Amino acid sequence: MEQFFQQIINGISLGSIYALIALGYTMVYGIIKLINFAHGDVYMVGAYIGYFCMTSFHMGFLPSLFIAMTFCVILGVAIEKIAYKPLRNATRIAVLITAIGVSLFIEYGTMFFVKADVRSYPPLTGLLVKSFKLGDIVITMQQLLIVGITVILMVLLQFIVKRTRIGKAMRAVSLDKEAAELMGINVNTTISFTFVLGSALAGAAGVLVGIYYNSINPLMGIMPGLKAFVAAVFGGIGIIPGAMIGGYFIGTLEVMVSGYGNSMFRDAVVFAVLILILIVKPSGLLGKETREKV
Amino acid sequence: MKKIASVLLLALLISALFVSCSAPGAANINEIKIGINYELSGEVATYGQSSVEGIELAIEQVNAAGGINGKKIVPVKYDNKSEPSEATTLANKLITQDKVIAILGPATSGSFMGQIPVANKNKIPVASGSATADDVTVTENGVQEYAFRVCFNDSFQGTVMANFASENLSAKNAVVIMDSSSDYGKGLAKNFKSTFTAAGGTIVDEVAFVKGDTDFNAILTKIKGQNFDVIYIPGYYNEAGLIIKQARAQGITAPILGADGFDSPTLLELAGASALNDVYFTNHYSSLDQDPNVLKFIDDFKAKYNKEPDAFNALGYDVAMFMIDAIGRSDALTGEAVKNALEATEGFVGVTGTLSVDENHNPVKSIVVIGLKDGKQDSSLKVNP
Repeated sequence: MEQFFQQIINGISLGSIYALIALGYTMVYGIIKLINFAHGDVYMVGAYIGYFCMTSFHMGFLPSLFIAMTFCVILGVAIEKIAYKPLRNATRIAVLITAIGVSLFIEYGTMFFVKADVRSYPPLTGLLVKSFKLGDIVITMQQLLIVGITVILMVLLQFIVKRTRIGKAMRAVSLDKEAAELMGINVNTTISFTFVLGSALAGAAGVLVGIYYNSINPLMGIMPGLKAFVAAVFGGIGIIPGAMIGGYFIGTLEVMVSGYGNSMFRDAVVFAVLILILIVKPSGLLGKETREKV
Repeated sequence: MKKIASVLLLALLISALFVSCSAPGAANINEIKIGINYELSGEVATYGQSSVEGIELAIEQVNAAGGINGKKIVPVKYDNKSEPSEATTLANKLITQDKVIAILGPATSGSFMGQIPVANKNKIPVASGSATADDVTVTENGVQEYAFRVCFNDSFQGTVMANFASENLSAKNAVVIMDSSSDYGKGLAKNFKSTFTAAGGTIVDEVAFVKGDTDFNAILTKIKGQNFDVIYIPGYYNEAGLIIKQARAQGITAPILGADGFDSPTLLELAGASALNDVYFTNHYSSLDQDPNVLKFIDDFKAKYNKEPDAFNALGYDVAMFMIDAIGRSDALTGEAVKNALEATEGFVGVTGTLSVDENHNPVKSIVVIGLKDGKQDSSLKVNP
């Protein structure tokens, strides 16, 4: 039983990371119907910015987190302006292929600058290395930090989307772009803002992964990016609470498969979930049936 | 007069013919080109970089002492980016374009094996300092004629570690956490298991991971509930470092055993000094060794690079010296003659031990078990074959 609870804790920590990345996927999809494959790489860049803040400039955890998020916001908006905006009225497949191109560009561009080697975050000190014991269950401070920061960011996101003017504009644009434009909403600003939010969350996930696993490399964004995508689809792509639920579900599922089954099947099970959900309920867990009008 | 002129012309033509004939083979008659094909960037870059540091030290020393029988060694160095396909391409380039007489590297078994067919086809000997997989020099079709190495193979490492666990650590139950994406991990695990069970031990659980994994909490939680005395991790430092860190964070205090894949400064960076206690791994060499040969190497290395040499530095140095020794003994400067000289190596004194080449092109040499305390090498135990 203790083992089960320990695995749940492991799953929630991992799931938080997936949820943070999945939110970016789902928001961008909700607003411009684009699977932004470069999103996992924004997360990777976030991890590197955090690394350089901590090693080269000896900053603490929170300032590094903040700078990484800021830098990722700039990167995310730049990607949108340079690569996606000129294709706003192009076919969806053209934008999708561009997204894959941007993803490869960031991965190998980063590899050119920082080399392909694995780097490790500096050793943590003080509060961050503490761990708590409840019987046989061990909870590390880093796990608490990941879950804590994830929850805070999610609450903040819900607040922005539900309670502010720009959040209202985002929801309006995702519902009907043309109508929103006719109502005087600046669609381009709104889309950029969506990238701002998504990239900030990805940047935060990058730094959190850095301190949790303390191992980063230029291709680290690929797998978590794909799994976060599965999480977003599972919860219903375009739906924010769906991405959170999906993230935690995929994280826990992975841990359970490794813990009680065979760790070799872990990734296979995650992608089997993607196939299953696309067959059984393509709109995802929280998605509504929508019929194409002819 | 006319006759003399035509004789002179003929002589000139003939000599020109000779010159042009001999030009491609002996353009630099006072040089010997050796190819260096190593992982200077990518996944296992520290192995390649360290090996090359050792090789360059060796070449520098030999050249300073007059070269091989008066001929200077010219190294031709390429980076294979830790990719086996790139290693094969570079081997081709070194042989056909750069016309090297022998190739050193790559450091890992997969990349090294990639270039062996090229070496056999072109009759150019290749030698690795650290390709430890069992089937590197011998396949089902017999020995790979032009492939050599100066390191022991994985079966030997797995066997020695299993004996160390049951005899020195009195372990009865072991858990194996294996890198199932590499031949290296699988080979070590197989030999550890067979020796450990033969000595009366039990393998209580066996879990696997693949290259690039970062989250091991699930598998560690799974094994934590079981009764075991030691954990054996046949894998490379990138994942091993994270496993050790996460295991210690979860409160697993059992000794952790590994192989030469642990030997990298990155292991310490990833796991942290406090996690690296009660960690033992088999290795080719220890800087704690008091052998005069080793001490001289450590001094020379420190003078050039201003740091303590690791095992890959020592292996790089040895593989270069091993090849240079054979080139010096060969009766002609051809790949085939050097190969014959390599096969005849007997009692070659290297930093990582004295070795002879057996009929499978494997070295017969000793092995070291290193113990870590707070991330530093604390004990070393030499085991002879």
